[in-house]
Amino acid sequence: MPLSDAQLERYARHIILKEIGGPGQQRLLNTRVLVIGAGGLGAPCLMYLAAAGVGTLGIVDHDTVSLSNLQRQIIHDTVNVGRPKVESARESLARINPDVKVEAHQVKLSAANVLDIISRYDIVADGCDNFPTRFLVNDACHLAKVPLVSGAVGPFEGQIATFKSYERDEAGKPFANYRDLVGEAPPPGSIPACEETGVLGALTGVIGSMMALEVIKEITGAGTSLAGRLLIYDALDTRFRTLRLPHDPKNPLSGDNPSIRDLNSHA
Amino acid sequence: MQLTINGDIHEAQAPLTVLGLIERFGLDPRKVAIERNFEIVPRSVYGETQLADGDRLEIVHFVGGG
Repeated sequence: MPLSDAQLERYARHIILKEIGGPGQQRLLNTRVLVIGAGGLGAPCLMYLAAAGVGTLGIVDHDTVSLSNLQRQIIHDTVNVGRPKVESARESLARINPDVKVEAHQVKLSAANVLDIISRYDIVADGCDNFPTRFLVNDACHLAKVPLVSGAVGPFEGQIATFKSYERDEAGKPFANYRDLVGEAPPPGSIPACEETGVLGALTGVIGSMMALEVIKEITGAGTSLAGRLLIYDALDTRFRTLRLPHDPKNPLSGDNPSIRDLNSHA
Repeated sequence: MQLTINGDIHEAQAPLTVLGLIERFGLDPRKVAIERNFEIVPRSVYGETQLADGDRLEIVHFVGGG
């Protein structure tokens, strides 16, 4: 479907970019993106993806808005405290861009529902707040062959990577996934959550916005994919570094002798 | 040999593997990854990856918040 006059104007600054252009904008409008978590990372990620004209945005979040979320979760307003995050986010996104269709999934992701949900989308952005869900989403995206942009934050540090370990790099090796970085889930409680340690609100804005940007790159093919690399942002030192993240042949999901062939270990 | 670890210069006796470094610093490998010369070292080769003079290493602490 050709872009309407209003769309040509709304997306003019994208269309003028040779890396995106009319075809890239059309692809954005035809793409379905799932964002896990409408929290610190999901908020800016969703807002930029909506503004960019991603046609359908799925949101997974089972939580409600609390007052202590608002220091960083900029998609939610004070009046929405107590309401489901997916509903609060849906209203904000509709205000930003009525072109965008929002699909709210007010559920806790589990081995039983994750494949059904993610297989309805072209790409997933994970900004959830816990390690077990990160492993669940990683394994599900690998098995379903859906690209995954994964972002995470600590108090003053952010990390982001793109995982598509069902594809191979120029050397013929699979791209890395989350298990090539983290291995197995750290013991519960060994890495404290944001609610215990705190997190600088604007840091989630940096990493969540970068997640939106990497999603847009995957959709439009602009630039170089972050697949096979890991970006680390040290906010206190104002330092970004991008590392190579190689595939581990012993990865239990995507290695030479995989032991994980379904999601039963997450049940 | 001289190693730069998280920006600080350390003198270390060769041979030393990534696994040896993790033990020397008392790190919990379930909570960190080791970056050597701008590349994450795969876990399965920690014991056989020999560190070399001039290596730049960073201990990457996992974060999982969102």
